[in-house]
Amino acid sequence: MTYPELSIELTGLEMNNPTILAAGILGTTGASLKRIASAGAGAVVTKSIGAIPEQGHPNPSLVALECGLLNAMGLPNPSYKEFNDELMTAKEGDIPVIVSIFGSCCEEFCEIIEGLEGADAFELNLSCPHSQQYGAAVGTDPVLVEKITRAAKTTASVPIWVKLTPNVTDIVTIGEAASRGGADAVVAINTIRGMAIDIYSGYPILGNLYGGLSGAAIRPVAVKCIHDLYRALDIPVIGVGGVSRWQDAVEMMMAGASAVQIGSAIYDNFTVFSEINEAFLTYLISRDLIIDDIIGLAHRRVEQ
Amino acid sequence: MIPVNAIIKEVIKETPTISTLKFDIKPDAIPGQFVMVWIRGVDEIPMALSHPNGITVQNVGDASETLSNMEPGDSIGLRGPFGNGFELSGQRIMIIAGGVGAAPLLPLAHQLRLKGTKISILLGAKTSKELLFEEQFSRSGEINVATDDGSKGYHGVITGLMDTYDLNSFDMFYVCGPEMMMRAVLDMLHTNSLESISQFSLHRYFKCGIGVCGSCTIDPSGLRVCKDGPVFCGNILLNSELGKYHRDVTGKKIMF
Ligand SMILES: Cc1cc2nc3c(=O)[nH]c(=O)nc-3n(C[C@H](O)[C@H](O)[C@H](O)COP(=O)(O)OP(=O)(O)OC[C@H]3O[C@@H](n4cnc5c(N)ncnc54)[C@H](O)[C@@H]3O)c2cc1C
Ligand SMILES: Cc1cc2nc3c(=O)[nH]c(=O)nc-3n(C[C@H](O)[C@H](O)[C@H](O)COP(=O)(O)O)c2cc1C
Ligand code: FES
Repeated sequence: MTYPELSIELTGLEMNNPTILAAGILGTTGASLKRIASAGAGAVVTKSIGAIPEQGHPNPSLVALECGLLNAMGLPNPSYKEFNDELMTAKEGDIPVIVSIFGSCCEEFCEIIEGLEGADAFELNLSCPHSQQYGAAVGTDPVLVEKITRAAKTTASVPIWVKLTPNVTDIVTIGEAASRGGADAVVAINTIRGMAIDIYSGYPILGNLYGGLSGAAIRPVAVKCIHDLYRALDIPVIGVGGVSRWQDAVEMMMAGASAVQIGSAIYDNFTVFSEINEAFLTYLISRDLIIDDIIGLAHRRVEQ
Repeated sequence: MIPVNAIIKEVIKETPTISTLKFDIKPDAIPGQFVMVWIRGVDEIPMALSHPNGITVQNVGDASETLSNMEPGDSIGLRGPFGNGFELSGQRIMIIAGGVGAAPLLPLAHQLRLKGTKISILLGAKTSKELLFEEQFSRSGEINVATDDGSKGYHGVITGLMDTYDLNSFDMFYVCGPEMMMRAVLDMLHTNSLESISQFSLHRYFKCGIGVCGSCTIDPSGLRVCKDGPVFCGNILLNSELGKYHRDVTGKKIMF
């Protein structure tokens, strides 16, 4: 269903609604992404794709805790060369397909961008907290973030979103670096470093020993990051982290998110996109609001 | 859920390559559901529950070998049970099992038997020594075996044995085995317009096992084998990747 009240334009992409599938959740195949499109998402982000095939970390690679999910997938992916077919299939879903990509240097990001022509936008994963060569190391250094964003922006003919890690002292510094590099939007937040230990044996549970926490537990952290980024930046902030209900989406938008991504909530509820959209629509109509009224409202309230 | 501790109570050598491990806990499962078995320090792999308190493992690699060599007193971590499991229906049913694919079908046969269902079991393996659960199955119904080398029963593939039955007299088919065997069975059922009364238990590479990561999805439906499956109706599979390709741990397509 499309409702004009929910339609947005985000970095030049037309979306039926402001809910987006987050990177790395059911984003490995084109068919799976199409299924999420049918489930009501306004756009989808693919699994993070690299330059060469990657097996990821050994299992266990994901466990569900009471407060959220803890994962150390380790960026398994078949490389951009193998992913082109999946991308073409995903595009049959008739919603924007944003390809999440990761690399170890500017050249690698550019090589991948050039190799994936069908993408409607790229999301630079500068923030995966548990991949040794890539990710976090890149995403915590503002000089590198600016450099990679600029290189990607120069190479790509489509929008560049930059995904930020919360595992830094000041996420705003990194957001500003992305903005200087020419990012069309920032996406916050990726998972927060975490660990779980098996008390029967003493073994760390994840094959990689530690991983990243997502889901309900991280929502307040995400809200604060989005809040701070919205205040500092002139480009859109896309919110992600623990959204599972329409109330969570509204809260994130009030903090400053132009749209929200949803990942872990799929675990309990495959219909989360359509449910959030329907309830969100009711919320807007019953209060006689448009989406722009609520984006960043928390800031306007305190300024008044 | 995080893994719960299970202590191995008994190890039964079923065939030269297959062992059953019974543990001290009984996951509350329906036939066809699986558990993620964590062999600490090695790997975590999906295994069907072949017994209320047990799994049956074929030694094919690192993790399954470590499991096969476990002894009473050793322990593993278990997450689950996960997946949909078989839907129990039919008055006159056929169970078609190939190799270690017999594992999820054994508890099914037991439960259907308790309901008074009339059961025919077609059990296949490479060679007679590898026939799994022949004796146990024979307690639930009429059994017929096939071996690739002819060392016991019908000499050849299991579809040849199916040919000796009037398939139209059955109202449900339950199938698990090697991929190409399942494809051949599906094609044969389709020839008889029977695919909509069949259930197949699939095998794909699992990482999370709980429907989040996407490594086990099948084309063209995008369904997750770990969560929407592992059991699928034949008509969903007819025009699917079954028997054509699967994806490896990186997500790359591998042709069969
Ligand atoms: C729902 C389901 C139920 C299963 N039930 C049984 C059972 O009852 N008995 C049994 O013996 N086997 C079963 N399997 C297959 C079993 O999971 C694999 O044989 C096992 O993972 C092999 O691991 P390995 O380390 O010993 O082998 P490896 O050397 O790592 O790999 C050998 C092959 O095993 C498969 N495999 C490896 N890791 C995984 C994984 N994480 N997920 C899926 N496949 C994998 C791959 O196809 C690989 O090519 C089941 C699989 C699924 C998906
Ligand atoms: C299983 C899993 C895999 C993920 N893979 C990626 C990935 O490949 N790239 C990425 O940028 N983020 C990845 N993430 C992070 C999510 O995109 C998201 O930022 C995070 O999970 C917070 O959102 P959520 O609470 O809605 O899940 C992954 C998260 C999970 C749970
Ligand atoms: S194994 Fe992760 S979705 Fe099935």
